[in-house]
Amino acid sequence: MIYKLHIWRQDHAESKGRFEQYEIDVSEDTSFLEMLDALNENLIEGDKEAIAFDFDCREGICGSCNLVINGTPHGKHQGTTTCQQYMRDYIDDAELWIEPWRATAFPIIKDLIVDRTAFEKIIQAGGYIEIRTGSASEANTIPIDKEVSDAAFDSATCIGCAACVAACPNASATLFVAAKVTHLSTLPQGQIDKNRAKKLLTAMDEQGFGGCSNYRECERVCPKDISVSTITTMNKLLYQQR
Amino acid sequence: MSSEFQLESHTPKGSLENRWTQHKFDLKIVSPANRKKYNIIVVGTGLAGAAAAASLGEMGYNVKTFCFQDSPRRAHSIAAQGGINAAKNYQNDGDSVWRLFYDTIKGGDYRARESNVYRLAELSTSIIDQAVAQGVPFAREYSGYLANRSFGGAQVSRTFYARGQTGQQLLIGAYQAMSKQIAEGTITHHSRCEMQDLIKIDGKAKGIVSRDLVTGKLESHMADVVVLCTGGYGNVFYLSTNAKGCNTSAAWRAHKHGALFANPSFTQIHPTCIPQAGELQSKLTLMSESLRNDGRIWAPKNKADCDKKPEDIAEQDRDYFLERMYPAFGNLVPRDIASRAVKLICDEGRGVGHAIDGKKLGVYLDFAKAIEVHGLDAISEKYGNLFDMYAHIAAEDPYTTPMRIYPAVHYTMGGLWVDYNLMTSIDGLFAGGEANFSDHGANRLGASALMQGLADGYFILPTTVSNYLAQQKPLDITKTYPEAEQALQQSKDKIQQLMNAPDPQKTPDDFHRKLGKIIWHACGMAREKSVLETAIADIKTLRQQFWQQVKITGSDQTLNQTLERAGRIADFFELAELMCIDALTREESCGCHAREEHITDDGEAQRHDEDFSYVAAWQYSGNLSVPVLYKEELDFEFVRPTTRNYR
Repeated sequence: MIYKLHIWRQDHAESKGRFEQYEIDVSEDTSFLEMLDALNENLIEGDKEAIAFDFDCREGICGSCNLVINGTPHGKHQGTTTCQQYMRDYIDDAELWIEPWRATAFPIIKDLIVDRTAFEKIIQAGGYIEIRTGSASEANTIPIDKEVSDAAFDSATCIGCAACVAACPNASATLFVAAKVTHLSTLPQGQIDKNRAKKLLTAMDEQGFGGCSNYRECERVCPKDISVSTITTMNKLLYQQR
Repeated sequence: MSSEFQLESHTPKGSLENRWTQHKFDLKIVSPANRKKYNIIVVGTGLAGAAAAASLGEMGYNVKTFCFQDSPRRAHSIAAQGGINAAKNYQNDGDSVWRLFYDTIKGGDYRARESNVYRLAELSTSIIDQAVAQGVPFAREYSGYLANRSFGGAQVSRTFYARGQTGQQLLIGAYQAMSKQIAEGTITHHSRCEMQDLIKIDGKAKGIVSRDLVTGKLESHMADVVVLCTGGYGNVFYLSTNAKGCNTSAAWRAHKHGALFANPSFTQIHPTCIPQAGELQSKLTLMSESLRNDGRIWAPKNKADCDKKPEDIAEQDRDYFLERMYPAFGNLVPRDIASRAVKLICDEGRGVGHAIDGKKLGVYLDFAKAIEVHGLDAISEKYGNLFDMYAHIAAEDPYTTPMRIYPAVHYTMGGLWVDYNLMTSIDGLFAGGEANFSDHGANRLGASALMQGLADGYFILPTTVSNYLAQQKPLDITKTYPEAEQALQQSKDKIQQLMNAPDPQKTPDDFHRKLGKIIWHACGMAREKSVLETAIADIKTLRQQFWQQVKITGSDQTLNQTLERAGRIADFFELAELMCIDALTREESCGCHAREEHITDDGEAQRHDEDFSYVAAWQYSGNLSVPVLYKEELDFEFVRPTTRNYR
């Protein structure tokens, strides 16, 4: 089947970008990124430069891939990443518009690739539990309520792809921060650092992300179905520790 | 290049239980005040690299880290699903360090070092303690205590897990520990940065050349020691379950500087992966091995039925071949045995599903019986997420139509040869995680990769790297070294050669797919002398064509993924030949390595311990086709090699 594509091309952060039009004939069983691979093969064969886009594991867990497809981060198939979109899901779309994440905190590096270093800075601000290698006590010393542990896992499953930021009208990273705070600060091991939420939110501001005003778009596009209830949990912790 | 090298494993003597403890005491240490005088480079920041960097940074050394991804959190360790083994014996089912050691060495078909494997089992329990303290949300019982599950190759329940995302959670733990050290300034990290070459001064590893993948800038970085935690080389096959970026370049370029490469032909092929659907396919997806607990594997008895829908094939026309061939273990035979049986059926022309190069590559994994016996709800609760994943990728509903599966490459046991200290044959160059060959022998057991990566990273490398540094005078890294200038120039030249092939015609991927087919056919699930010999000739021819005809558009001064890929494929071309040479030389079958000439009448792998109980460590001679073989004989002082039997 032939797909009509409009793909964002931009040489580097400072240059002006534009949409370029392409056509590609691939089977509907091709994955979205394999469709782009095929397009790139054609481009190289035609002496043109390949379209740059991020990817790695191609099984929905590494968080590298990040395309906005027809206005939706990670495309129309919800609860999963760009690499898990298949062309069969797009048979009815006359044209596909493919763009990078757009947020001040994520400058474009090239074409569809953005710089997500700002997320690293947030984690570095306190998104960890301090424990010197080798100094841990025996793992079963502190029993943890299964419900608490399961809830921590639900937040820990964040893959740091930043779709939440791309979907948010404020380009806020609140869901990313809340997921990390909920993961670490609800576990007994992570409760020592009372200021984690504050530190991470301060870093978020410093990195140029917006604030949260409850649009809840983040939750809709999160490939790991992280709930905005993590934001409630974080706010509760902030309130308790004010 | 000299071949005067002496292979010395530095394995301690004495009782197995005391070796690591005694060895740690014998090693030298650097006083806290002196640590900041030393610089350490860690290349690759997956489980092993991130854990090592975080631990060494915390000790007070200056650490520089590099990864090609945009963040250390993306390393392929993240994709490990099943779990991590540890000899905690929380289940009170008779587990012990000794039993984990025994299972691992037996699972590896007696082709690993006893001392290393015992140390791995010994350290396994501390890894769990460390991870829990970091906030890794392992599965728990309702009591609040840690849960375990069973995994292949063991009769005890010792696998710790975090749903199907254990690798992700452990990697995030290590990544966060590393992030803390970055914030504190002990680690300087470089993302989107790839190692191009190793810098040696007076025979010692003293730095690397890196390429900034965004700007194309080549730089030299000097240090007192270099640690490679750069993962495995499964992507030599083009199609594998590895992430697309996984590559052998750092390890291979170190090999060409004198680091021995051990057991390159030992590659694990996982039986339950979703079959290839077409020529455009870029990678294969693993389906958890746990599916074989309830699913029955079958193929049509008659070739004529292969095009029929599975529901239209009568029960008496179905061949449940694993149950037929291995009545004792049935569908639960080990990975290598299941994989070979599936290949056999498809080679007979009884495969199902998509035809690739005229051959249907797939067999059915059927849950109809399980659903009938246990009910739809029970099966859905157990495997729901896997069924959904399959339905999404294959566009078929496994509740009503049997899944199709085919084996795929998934882990490489071979890697850089290291001694007991995890130091390669180059002084000052260490290797950890999948990048080294150390602990899995000829076959890795499930849930052991995470264990090894973290044992190397958190506990072994910090100790042995310190011992090495204690014996070095710190290098002045602000000075300019002619060796660095030379390595930089060579890296530049290599990139120019790739960018300016004389007759550019084909894309790097086009060559990679062809290479993948050759190596999969010759050095995959079954290996045979004549096929390997042909493959070696074919690889050489294709490699020459590659350097003549590879076509890279764009510039080397900006981000250029086509160039990145070409550089990695160039190294795969060289490694592929060594893999075939290794497979050809090992005239026996063991673990993953099945030589057609050395199969018992029952179709089982036949080891020849008297001749091949050794690690094959290969040295680059200057001629890719004539590597020098060093044999590290394996002594079994504590366990007696036996034959595996699953009938």
